[in-house]
Amino acid sequence: MSVELKEIIKEENIVYRKTPALTGNVMHYCPGCSHGVVHKLIAEVVEEMGVRDKTIGVSPVGCSVLAYNYIDIDWTEAAHGRAPAVATGISRLHPGKFVFTYQGDGDLASIGTAEVMHACNRGENIVIIFVNNAIYGMTGGQMAPTTLVGQVTSTTPRGRDVKLNGFPMKITELLARLDGTGFVTRQAVHTPPAIRKAKNAIRKAFENTKKDKGTSFIEIVGTCSSGWKMTPVEANRWMVEKMFPEYPLGDIKDI
Amino acid sequence: MKGNEVIAEAAIRCGCDGYFGYPITPQSEIMETLMAREPWKETGMVVLQAESEIAAINMVYGAAACGKKAMTSSSSPGLSLKQEGLTYLAGAELPCLVVDVARGGPGLGTIQPAQSDYFQATRGGGHGDYHLLVLAPASVQEMNDFVALGFELAFKYRNPVMILADGVIGQMMEKVRLDDRVPRWSDEDIERISGEWALTGKKNERARHVVTSLELDSYKQEEFNHKLQAKYRRMETEDVRHEELSCDDADYIFVAYGSSARVCQKSVQLCREQGIKAGLFRPITLYPYPRLPLQALARRVKGFLAVEMSAGQMVDDVRLAVNATAPVEHFGRYGGVIPTPDEIVEALKKQIIKA
Amino acid sequence: MAKFKGAVVVDTEKCKGCNLCVVACPTGVLSLAREVNGKGYHYSEMTGPGECIGCANCGMVCPDAVITVYRKNVQN
Repeated sequence: MSVELKEIIKEENIVYRKTPALTGNVMHYCPGCSHGVVHKLIAEVVEEMGVRDKTIGVSPVGCSVLAYNYIDIDWTEAAHGRAPAVATGISRLHPGKFVFTYQGDGDLASIGTAEVMHACNRGENIVIIFVNNAIYGMTGGQMAPTTLVGQVTSTTPRGRDVKLNGFPMKITELLARLDGTGFVTRQAVHTPPAIRKAKNAIRKAFENTKKDKGTSFIEIVGTCSSGWKMTPVEANRWMVEKMFPEYPLGDIKDI
Repeated sequence: MKGNEVIAEAAIRCGCDGYFGYPITPQSEIMETLMAREPWKETGMVVLQAESEIAAINMVYGAAACGKKAMTSSSSPGLSLKQEGLTYLAGAELPCLVVDVARGGPGLGTIQPAQSDYFQATRGGGHGDYHLLVLAPASVQEMNDFVALGFELAFKYRNPVMILADGVIGQMMEKVRLDDRVPRWSDEDIERISGEWALTGKKNERARHVVTSLELDSYKQEEFNHKLQAKYRRMETEDVRHEELSCDDADYIFVAYGSSARVCQKSVQLCREQGIKAGLFRPITLYPYPRLPLQALARRVKGFLAVEMSAGQMVDDVRLAVNATAPVEHFGRYGGVIPTPDEIVEALKKQIIKA
Repeated sequence: MAKFKGAVVVDTEKCKGCNLCVVACPTGVLSLAREVNGKGYHYSEMTGPGECIGCANCGMVCPDAVITVYRKNVQN
């Protein structure tokens, strides 16, 4: 039995396509970058919840500084690390809105440590999406607070040495200890089942905003194939082997 | 009322939407007054103590990006921390109000009043080609008046406005006439006033709003800088403010702002008693600086003495305005010391009249 | 018993050839083209409709959202 391709490729047979909440601009990310998938999941959740007109995003400094070019909602860009403070200002004055920050590991876990800690401690009614790829992507692959011990980066050319650079920062576990956070989870987007779980987590976080259940914090362990100097497929494998033992997936807190 | 308390009261009365601050002497009464007044019960105004000055200015950034009237206040070391936020606010063309109740520096310095933040306030303060519009109150009444005026100018230009006061004005108690209450802006008001750019949630009928100071294309960034410069030129023609006291027949002019100007009022009186025709020129906007009226005076007076509680910062602007038409000297007490009227008169005699 | 046939359409000009969809495909119907697109990437393409089951795994893992997946019930 053979079915003509044109019989299948019909509007009514579509089971997956780009959500209209994505702008369609070609993303500036490197091939295989996890940011693209995470953007897509946020856009899908916002679209499916029907809250595009109530959602305001705060983009960071780093690779995802231009996130506002890709998800078709109102956005502001924040200074390096300050997104949770900016989101606080928005959320406090726009109580009915869904406010989220989108931050990388350098932005959130290094220069913005104070802002994220205190926003979470106040239990700001915001969603924080934290993409951890253990490296500074935009500036060319320098060590991040989450860089693994021994991991080679442009500023740890002989590998991260704990005597010199300290330890990989498990900021998600730290934030889960704060009374202001309601939902804290660590996810990944390397396989379809992982992507489904990550999307459910994002959806849950946005739903929590409606219920004012404290700050929702989602870490996505991601890849940076350019920074890690691997192909995207190798990078996913390396992430599973090296990153997951240090940053185990799953819900850390859910109240 | 105390100058600092008046700032808080004026903010509530002018319909301010949000205050975000961090304690620092000598301005902590601003947030303390707000917290005691609980304006969220009365007008819905949000008051939040942030974890740092950096966080506070970024909360202002977020609130301002929504087209809301947002403000913060601090004192000199805190203002240094806010500079990052201020350059982002200026770069994203966001309106807001920042109050600096200045103290002596550098470093942790002293908690006593000073005017040594002039350069930081008027030159931009952070990185990049930008300016804040800077208002310098010389009385508790002006602490009140400049809050509503500051917001008006901030929204007129979509630019941060600073009230540069000092510990004297902040801690001083004077009678003050408070403004009538103005309601906070409704969603419809914000749509009308800032509907073209404010983050209100993307509706189907409009393109998404993006508040950012990032532009990777150099030519577009240059074009944006041209736009900012045009804005500053417009400030220079439309919103320069100053005040003259006994300048009409004066041979010698004291140039001073804020609390120094208050002291100089007495110095003018002392001079006149001694037969010296002195006057006072008080810049009210420090940026844009009242260059033209000062230039006009320079053509007919014998000299200027810039009096500041600093080692000589505003005097640069006096010299730029006077442009060598008349002698310009500087007299300053600093590190938290306030000059006396007598020593200012002596300085005039010694530095200008004798010369 | 229902049997599904699927098809994948890649916006080849926007595809960056990261290969993640090729790896994610359970029936191996995707591969990177020998040719390159305007940006110089070996874009992903469906080599034949035969085995595609329209599971949408490729679409889900695509970081650039350039994949549309179709599925049709061809037997009932």
